[in-house]
Amino acid sequence: MNASHFLSRLTDPIAAIGRCGQFLLRMIAGIRPGNRLAISSLQQTYLVGARSLVIIMICGFFVGMVLALQSVNALQSFGAEDQASLLVGKSLFRELGPVLTALLFAGRAGTAVTAEIGLMRATSQIDAMELMAIDPVHRIALPRFLAGLISMPLLAGMFNAMAILGSVVFAIGVIGLDPGIFWGKLQNSITFQEDFLQGVLKSVVFGSLVSLVAVYYGYTSKPTGAGVGTATTNTIVVSSVLVLIFDFILTSFFA
Amino acid sequence: MRANYNVELASGLFLLLGIAALVWLATSATNLGNAIGNDVYRITGLFTNIGDLKPRAPVKVGGVTVGEVEDIKLDMQTFEAHVTMKIARRYSELPNDTSAAILTSGVLGDRYIGLEPGGSPDVLQEGDEILITQSAIVIEQLVGKYLFNTSGQGDEG
Repeated sequence: MNASHFLSRLTDPIAAIGRCGQFLLRMIAGIRPGNRLAISSLQQTYLVGARSLVIIMICGFFVGMVLALQSVNALQSFGAEDQASLLVGKSLFRELGPVLTALLFAGRAGTAVTAEIGLMRATSQIDAMELMAIDPVHRIALPRFLAGLISMPLLAGMFNAMAILGSVVFAIGVIGLDPGIFWGKLQNSITFQEDFLQGVLKSVVFGSLVSLVAVYYGYTSKPTGAGVGTATTNTIVVSSVLVLIFDFILTSFFA
Repeated sequence: MRANYNVELASGLFLLLGIAALVWLATSATNLGNAIGNDVYRITGLFTNIGDLKPRAPVKVGGVTVGEVEDIKLDMQTFEAHVTMKIARRYSELPNDTSAAILTSGVLGDRYIGLEPGGSPDVLQEGDEILITQSAIVIEQLVGKYLFNTSGQGDEG
């Protein structure tokens, strides 16, 4: 009895991955391209994407400023503050842009999606749909998943753009670095093929991870108030951990 | 209906803003902005030692970037590095006795190829080879030579 209990503790996470994969396949199998899917995805893009824009932009701006401050401080000690934009650009495009955006996105949009779907479950709306022979995975989960997939790269782009702006404002406006050297070094050292595309790919992967976790936990939440709360907590914990794990995997894959 | 339209407007605006940010980043904060374009011709050169020259390193004439390194291979007849360079078509008036040297920008900077135009009236064509080349200066070899030379002088004296 005890042994089998211990064994199930080990196999539970694997079973959860299996259920999550099944859920993903069910969503993909439910894709029927058409007006309704496009319209509901667009509406969800507003809810998960456009509504996350302000927090992403503010955070991006300040991350850019602090990056500029830290790199100029560190590089000044050996007179290499001209390289500051290289450090800012590389760390933003490759790591901080996609990762921080994904974490913010999980906190802002992922939890909202989980809570919304969880509440639908708790108030039996999902059961009602099933009774009416409407596939709730296709009708509710899929547009939210697609919206997250579309929004994440765009949000990461906005984050990076605001961060570059923030670093420009701080490094050139406050510290007084030469704008020509700053921009020139940025353009010469950040490669489109490696840094930019790697960042975009990362943000697509993170977007699909966070959205999948959010809709999965919402859909499978227990139909009680406490169940919705647990599901929301699970979403943010699991998606943050997954984002950081996949960040390492993707980076080691490229390097 | 009105609220629905506003939602569509906001999400459309969000999509446009996001795409605009990505395009701005790609063109003004990466090397895509100073890409040399597709209108190019290729010239080659054999170098004894290329140091740590890499593909996509700039090719410069008098400090101005005119092209980039496309490919580096080992020539199996001479065992020298066979470097293919793309030069933008608008710089197509390079004389065919142009020489190429692998240089370093700054003390610890990246390697690039510097072209030194000669005086020939004929110009380099697609696929031409630069015959006069100068290898990269490798610091370790310089130090080795210096040590060897001074010890040699000491023996003589």
